[in-house]
Amino acid sequence: MQCDVCKKKPATIFLTQIIGGKVQKVNLCEPCSKEKGVADPTGFALTDLLLGVGSSDEVASPVGGNKCPACGFSQAELKKTGRLGCSECYETFAEALESLLRGMHKGLEHHGKIPARAFQAHQREVQLRDLRKGLEDAVAEENYEAAADLRDQLKQLELGLEQER
Amino acid sequence: MNIDDLIHRTGEWLQEKGPQHHIVISSRIRFARNLREQPFPGWAKKAQRIEVLDQIKARVDQLEPMANGLSEKLQDLSALERQVLVERHLISREHAAKGQGSAVVMSGDQSLSIMINEEDHLRMQAIRPGLQLDEAFKALDEIDTTLESELDFAFSPNLGYLTACPTNVGTGMRASAMLHLPALVLTEQMNPVIQAVNKIGLAVRGLYGEGTEAMGNLFQISNQTTLGESEKTIIDRLTKVVKQVIEHEGNARQNMIDRQRNTVFDQVGRAYGVLSNAYSINSKEALNLLSLVRLGIDLGFFDASHRLTIDKLLIDTQPAHLQRESKKKLAADARDTMRATSIRTRIELLGTPDYSKLPPPDQASDSPVDPENQSS
Repeated sequence: MQCDVCKKKPATIFLTQIIGGKVQKVNLCEPCSKEKGVADPTGFALTDLLLGVGSSDEVASPVGGNKCPACGFSQAELKKTGRLGCSECYETFAEALESLLRGMHKGLEHHGKIPARAFQAHQREVQLRDLRKGLEDAVAEENYEAAADLRDQLKQLELGLEQER
Repeated sequence: MNIDDLIHRTGEWLQEKGPQHHIVISSRIRFARNLREQPFPGWAKKAQRIEVLDQIKARVDQLEPMANGLSEKLQDLSALERQVLVERHLISREHAAKGQGSAVVMSGDQSLSIMINEEDHLRMQAIRPGLQLDEAFKALDEIDTTLESELDFAFSPNLGYLTACPTNVGTGMRASAMLHLPALVLTEQMNPVIQAVNKIGLAVRGLYGEGTEAMGNLFQISNQTTLGESEKTIIDRLTKVVKQVIEHEGNARQNMIDRQRNTVFDQVGRAYGVLSNAYSINSKEALNLLSLVRLGIDLGFFDASHRLTIDKLLIDTQPAHLQRESKKKLAADARDTMRATSIRTRIELLGTPDYSKLPPPDQASDSPVDPENQSS
């Protein structure tokens, strides 16, 4: 079997990745596997290898030409300056920012200091995030009992939030 | 306090002796904060910037450490005065270029400084001598907590503190340590060290931060990422790495003592010779030679009490400081002459290098060389 990347040397490394139920396979020779950093499986994404690094970032945003409703800053300006116009821009350009932030930082979730006035809201947000994640995991593991329990908790929390509003 | 008083006083933090002061000059923590519902300074109209400035400055001026400090709008400072603040690392080069709508507020001892309307509405920094990142963080965290009770900071539960540049979002924190690494440079080990530090997501920069040259064997190590980890995690990692670099520098010094004794004598001796006899010297050469004399102090060739003399010279011989001192704008060659004079008169106080203080090679130990620690 030939290496899928150089198409020359025989493949000695066989990778299988399952994402969302889809199975993807790739066969590599040793030099190519090293070059692509496959030795470190955590830092390796199959789609990046197959489609080129960052290709998933290229999905065009439908709001591409949009301006931030709060300050009028445009995505073109973001691209040009690498800066944002106001704090609302993080919402407006969330899609474009996600891939940018992913490449820059060690995750997409804040784990540091929280200002006192944002603390309560933040706690609920974290709680919701954890419950949703737990629910997803429980469903994936086919642990329906736990999933039902988590779903009820989630409903209750969301109901509480709505009542506050 | 006015700008003249401030310039006249060397940063008091510099006079204290911090932990690991023979290698770590200073530790610095910076937070970026913005007000909710106000455009960031780079995108705001002048009137909006002034509104934000007035709102923030009124609060910042009331902070307790600022009671005997300096508080000036940028347009009220001359270009030279701003440059002096840059050379002291109290404001950024970018901030020095700002005009109306920006301000700077700092404590009298210069250990705390706040820029208003730099790239973000608020850029605040705390600085401590030696390796004291935790202490600097604690001090700044307190200030931040006081301010947030009165100012509504832009914060998102998911992304943390929202900043003008996405590279700062999250904690909005930059932690950095200024290191003096002459032995690693002399033994040509600095590049591998930089690469290793970069690999773990930390940045190594020159004396004045981003994109500046490493002069005087001075390097800043700082975090690159601000989102996804807590302040403590970031500071702990940085502290760990700085300690490793200190150990490398210590080993490199010991190695030079063991194997390249004459090189050490020669380098320090020549630096001392030039500095005590030069009548014209540019800023870069001065920094590089002062660095070697500082190494000589660390190795015991000069009395340890003179380290402060050298550290002060590192700042006082910068171009804006010299021009401020002479009260007029000086051309480059006039500055070089003045710099040489200033150095000559102060280097005299050190006396000639006494190489007998150096431990003989056979007593070599693994510990980093710091004569003060050894004698205690």
